[in-house]
Amino acid sequence: MPIDQDEIEKIAALARIRIKDEQLPGVTERLRNILAMMDTLQAADTEGVEPMANPLDAVQPLRADEVTEINRREAFQTIAPAVENGLYLVPKVIE
Amino acid sequence: MQWETVIGLEVHLQLATKSKIFSGSATTFGAEANTQASAVDLAMPGMLPVLNEQAVRYAVMFGLGIGAKIGRRSVFDRKNYFYPDLPKGYQISQFSDPIVGEGSFEIQLEDGSSRTIGITRAHLEEDAGKSLHEDFHDQTGIDLNRAGTPLLEIVSEPDIRSAEEAVAYLKALHSLVTYLEISDGNMAEGSMRCDINISLRPAGSTTLGTRAEIKNVNSFRFVEKAIQYEIERQSDILEDGGQIVQETRLYDADRNETRSMRSKEVANDYRYFPEPDLLPIVLDEDYIEALREALPELPREKRERFITQYELSPYDAGVLSAHRALADYFETTASKAGDAKIAANWVQGELLGRLNRDELEISDCPVPAENLAQLIQRILDNSISGKIAKQVFDAMWSGEGDADSIIEARGLKQVSDSGALEAMVDSVIADNQAQVEQYLAADENKRKKLVGFFVGQVMKLSKGQANPQMVNQLLAKKLV
Repeated sequence: MPIDQDEIEKIAALARIRIKDEQLPGVTERLRNILAMMDTLQAADTEGVEPMANPLDAVQPLRADEVTEINRREAFQTIAPAVENGLYLVPKVIE
Repeated sequence: MQWETVIGLEVHLQLATKSKIFSGSATTFGAEANTQASAVDLAMPGMLPVLNEQAVRYAVMFGLGIGAKIGRRSVFDRKNYFYPDLPKGYQISQFSDPIVGEGSFEIQLEDGSSRTIGITRAHLEEDAGKSLHEDFHDQTGIDLNRAGTPLLEIVSEPDIRSAEEAVAYLKALHSLVTYLEISDGNMAEGSMRCDINISLRPAGSTTLGTRAEIKNVNSFRFVEKAIQYEIERQSDILEDGGQIVQETRLYDADRNETRSMRSKEVANDYRYFPEPDLLPIVLDEDYIEALREALPELPREKRERFITQYELSPYDAGVLSAHRALADYFETTASKAGDAKIAANWVQGELLGRLNRDELEISDCPVPAENLAQLIQRILDNSISGKIAKQVFDAMWSGEGDADSIIEARGLKQVSDSGALEAMVDSVIADNQAQVEQYLAADENKRKKLVGFFVGQVMKLSKGQANPQMVNQLLAKKLV
């Protein structure tokens, strides 16, 4: 499956990654190589094979519904760039 | 042109667990900002999710409640998007293999008819935090207390055809989840939020029109208004030969309008993939059967039983069974009073009216069911009239005690003493000779009307406490 530069730009935008114009051909080339390897995998016959959600052959253990965490806001907020009234401050986002 | 409205609803239901879906943080509503956000909820490096068994149980109970297929093996996926109230950069959700598959349930409409609405699926996921945009001088404040609260997202088929049906669906859903006690159903606190997918198509058409999605509507009334507005907006565009843009819109309750949420078109690509930090949930038959057996009586079953057991009308049975606490209140009143019909009238009339007026929930009702039952017994044994009973009820509502003590303290007991009543009747006759002559001159038909005057006078004299049947008998004897 060939991938073109437009698609790379779209994926970069979704992932919030900035790729400079001069980097685009190189990135496209490398991703193409990765996808070529995927194509090899895709060629394997998977008829009748159940899709695997996790490589471990195990079932999810469950935890009892109990509150086990204490309030550690002060400790967590010492490493935050900006806080006010207990809130983490981030650059303004509004839609 | 005639347009048909096609609506599908996605309801995000907060499950009533004590702790979060993937961490041991508390889920208490209204806590101080970020005091219930642990390292897992904050997405600190190396933190891993561990699934809460109660969230799984509640999801399965919901599935059983709507007769859905339960996923014997379900899987969590990552839904990737960037927003500061989602610190991991993805939401853990279920995409390909949800815990609850197809099901359906019945809704009741105002005109007494019912319809079946299909449920496509219901899946477990985590809630995001809250963004506060005001008061932070060009910054946004983030509170992650809500991040990781377990949600069950319930997706309906596009089977809903009007605002009324949408509201009926939400009410039925609310009733079901509160019966199951899997959610507190508190809409004001965001325990039940709704996304509305709505499109129009020419009546008779079977293909779907282009839809708009209205996000995060959180009250029955707003759902109704948002749909009404959106039907108008879309039909105006279509009538003018325009086309509906597929987009996300926001309902603004202050202006009663919906408006487009995103200024520029963003590709809606969540790049779902299986969550590698969680293993598949596998449920065995014994587990599911045990939960099925433990299910309480559900709203629809209770409604049917009220109709047969108490001979209530379908409408009355529907009102009384809509909320589990109200249904329990009614049943206690009915059994203690010994008359279900009168109990139903009092609960639906006086009690619900008073609760609405004072904006109280049935759980905050100041009159216990036992006291209402006692009041009804006093009507049934002729101690008080229905009119006096309303006075007594008012007094009970304002906390003056139970029915008997209020009747006693206020001297409201109906006068059934024939001597005392006779004296009152005599005095009314003596004081109203003109009306007596008019009565005696009248024919049988007119007399029936005229006698009301005398009954009224006696009631007035007795301050409403005379036994009306006895007054009528005495008057018939004396007015000759």
